[in-house]
Amino acid sequence: MRGLEYVIEMLDIRKEFPGIVANDNITIQLKKGEIHALLGENGAGKSTLMNVLFGLYQPEKGEIRVNGEKVNITNPNIANELGIGMVHQHFMLVEPFTVTQNIILGKEPKTKTGKINIKKAEKEIQELSDRYGLKVDPTAKISDISVGMQQRVEILKTLYRGAEVLIFDEPTAVLTPQEIHELIGIMRSLIKEGKSIILITHKLKEIMEVCDRCTVIRKGKGIGTVEVAETNVSELASLMVGREISFKTDKAEAQPQEVVLNISDLHVKDTRKVDIVKGLNLDVRAGEIVGIAGVDGNGQSELIEAITGLRKSESGHIKLKNKDITNKKPRKVTESGIGHIPQDRHKYGLVLDYSIGDNMVLQTYYQKPYSKQTVLNQKAISKKAKELIAEYDVRTPSEHTMARALSGGNQQKAIIGREVDRSPDLLIAAQPTRGLDVGAIEFIHRRLIEERDKGKAVLLVSFELDEIMDVSDRIAVMFDGKIVANVKPETTNEQELGLLMAGSQAEKAGGAHGEK
Amino acid sequence: MARNRIFNILIPIISVLLGLIAGAIIMLISGHNPIEGYRALWNGAFGDAFTLGETARRTTPLILTGLAVAFAFRTGLFNIGAEGQVIVGWLAAVWVGLAIDAPMYIHLPLAIAAAALAGAIWGFVPGILKAKLGVHEVIVTIMMNYIALFITNEIIRNVLTDHTTTTEAIAPTASLASEWLQGITYFSRLHYGFLIALFAAAVMWFLIQRTTIGYELKAVGFNQHASKYAGMNVSKNIILSMAIAGAFAGLAGAMEGLGTYGTISVMSGFTNLGFDGIAVALLGANTAFGVVLAAILFGVLKEGAGEMPTGAGVPTELVDIIIALIIFFVASSYIIRWALIRFKKEGK
Repeated sequence: MRGLEYVIEMLDIRKEFPGIVANDNITIQLKKGEIHALLGENGAGKSTLMNVLFGLYQPEKGEIRVNGEKVNITNPNIANELGIGMVHQHFMLVEPFTVTQNIILGKEPKTKTGKINIKKAEKEIQELSDRYGLKVDPTAKISDISVGMQQRVEILKTLYRGAEVLIFDEPTAVLTPQEIHELIGIMRSLIKEGKSIILITHKLKEIMEVCDRCTVIRKGKGIGTVEVAETNVSELASLMVGREISFKTDKAEAQPQEVVLNISDLHVKDTRKVDIVKGLNLDVRAGEIVGIAGVDGNGQSELIEAITGLRKSESGHIKLKNKDITNKKPRKVTESGIGHIPQDRHKYGLVLDYSIGDNMVLQTYYQKPYSKQTVLNQKAISKKAKELIAEYDVRTPSEHTMARALSGGNQQKAIIGREVDRSPDLLIAAQPTRGLDVGAIEFIHRRLIEERDKGKAVLLVSFELDEIMDVSDRIAVMFDGKIVANVKPETTNEQELGLLMAGSQAEKAGGAHGEK
Repeated sequence: MARNRIFNILIPIISVLLGLIAGAIIMLISGHNPIEGYRALWNGAFGDAFTLGETARRTTPLILTGLAVAFAFRTGLFNIGAEGQVIVGWLAAVWVGLAIDAPMYIHLPLAIAAAALAGAIWGFVPGILKAKLGVHEVIVTIMMNYIALFITNEIIRNVLTDHTTTTEAIAPTASLASEWLQGITYFSRLHYGFLIALFAAAVMWFLIQRTTIGYELKAVGFNQHASKYAGMNVSKNIILSMAIAGAFAGLAGAMEGLGTYGTISVMSGFTNLGFDGIAVALLGANTAFGVVLAAILFGVLKEGAGEMPTGAGVPTELVDIIIALIIFFVASSYIIRWALIRFKKEGK
């Protein structure tokens, strides 16, 4: 029977918000025992659809069936009773509580006298954990366990409540590569035990690795469902974005010119006053993109803060076009010709409570034409903002919209527009694509290469090796506060970079391994 | 966006109405006629030209202290020190009014400027402590209130007078009193300060909304990291914000010293003008225009309250209760906001 084949069916779901149709007749059908991906860009309507299933929103139109029977899910408790459990992206855990206390919260087993039967709960949770290979200690405190472990507690929470269908909302966003690997193993063992899974994601590699089928939505519309075995990454990407996506960034050979940024013997201390940049030397030339590869915490952030004047340098020199900018104030540095796309766009890149227009003049508001004798010229600011919004494809209702209201990708595009527009000699991009979807990543990479082709120097810092390999003309590997190797992306590979990043000097010479 | 704007206007109005309704209920319970009570309040505030003038007079310093709190708040700072800033402003204005002999076009501006400067210094101290040492401005401003009160009393007793409690009247050349304004309001104490307060509100609006100074101050209030990244001087802006806020409150002191009283007396406690300013700023949603409206409301309630015991036998304390209730409802605006959204949804 058809009806029994699917555990969950959402048919022609339509959900409107004032002024926007978040879900426009989307259909998704989950087979029993499959891992089904829900793929879409940020803001495509994935979360809305799942919140409809979970009872947080009521759809305007459409029908939800569980095991072939029509149901009306008006709140999350009903979803729970129907065996639907959600593993949220942002964990909902009480930090000072133990694993067991968190899991039983709201569904506490009681003894005859009305006390909470913790022992019984712990035993039950231990059994569940063993059965699915979750390796969770029921007595550990949440604040003491790793992020990956916390996620497994969230999974246990849904299992404890008898979930048959688990929804994972962007589960890998917060995990390290090893933890992702473990999570995939857990998903497989869940399937083996007869559960079904919906995986919300925009990461294509994950889908190819773990999913059986994939439903794609784009701008609120359902595009279709495909068998993962019969598709590939680039087809999925173009379904999601609506056009061809190039994964290998096209670019011409770099034409490096004169040295723009020259750093010699730089020493910087971190916030705890410990040496973190230890005698670093680096040149970046006009017309080239230098990528700094390295494991997080080897001094990359402090290096950039030192260049941009946000952090004091202890010794050494930073020169921009032969002018010393060591320990100059951020404004001086900016004015001398540096653009900076900061690593943390919410902390540094934007004033979130300012309109997107006001954010566009964050470093230039005191200059003409944006102000004259301290009086702001709103017209000039609006004009510039509109220009940049159009040119950099920042999707916003208007330039008066609060920066906070924009999606991460659009916030980042706004920052890039602002930084590139000043036409700086050196553009520093720190993790410019973190948390963005493929469409936005492609756009940003293209912009960085365009700047290079205009003869600007670009310094890229990223923890994503793919990004470094793809975009850079030259890779500078940073380890323990120094540049330990300069390599060309064409002549290296991930293994070699990985070893260099771990501090293995020997690889560079092509010789035997040696501890540094 | 549009919804937010409507809510920002609706919430204070609903809060005021709820406060008045709650006040009526309390009057009923305590055996008074709320209609008569509110009629007396109305007459006490708007009954004739005199009360109207007194209402405006009472509103004047409240506008300025409201601005002092609202300005700091817009730049991310809590100025609980408006009270102390009023007191030192009052003292400075009267001192200059007494000590200097000059024609009016020099004397009056000088006295007003002295008040603003004294208030600014009283704001500068918590500002610099916050900027350089990270001391929370709430604690310092509260301390500064007491320092202002006791130093001022000491100076009145030992410097401005010979161990008495009230100074002589200031020179007419430093007075804000206006025969014309008194004339049209049956000799109320209304003075030119009312216009200064309105002008100050316009200045705050312009400064915050239309200048690079306001742009920087707000940016630092919202996000210090991004401000530093953008090349702004974070410390300077924190200090500047507190000093400007203090100057507004200092002007409120000048209103009392140069306008209403023309003297300064030893105070047994705070004037409450500064503390009321916190409520005015809150009710006015921290905007210049909102502060003016909220200050008028407070002026009306406080002035009208004087009529309630004689007109309707309602104790003045009740008016304080109503004001407290209004503030309670504004502060719990979350509940009103929630109810409004709920109501809107059901209406659909």
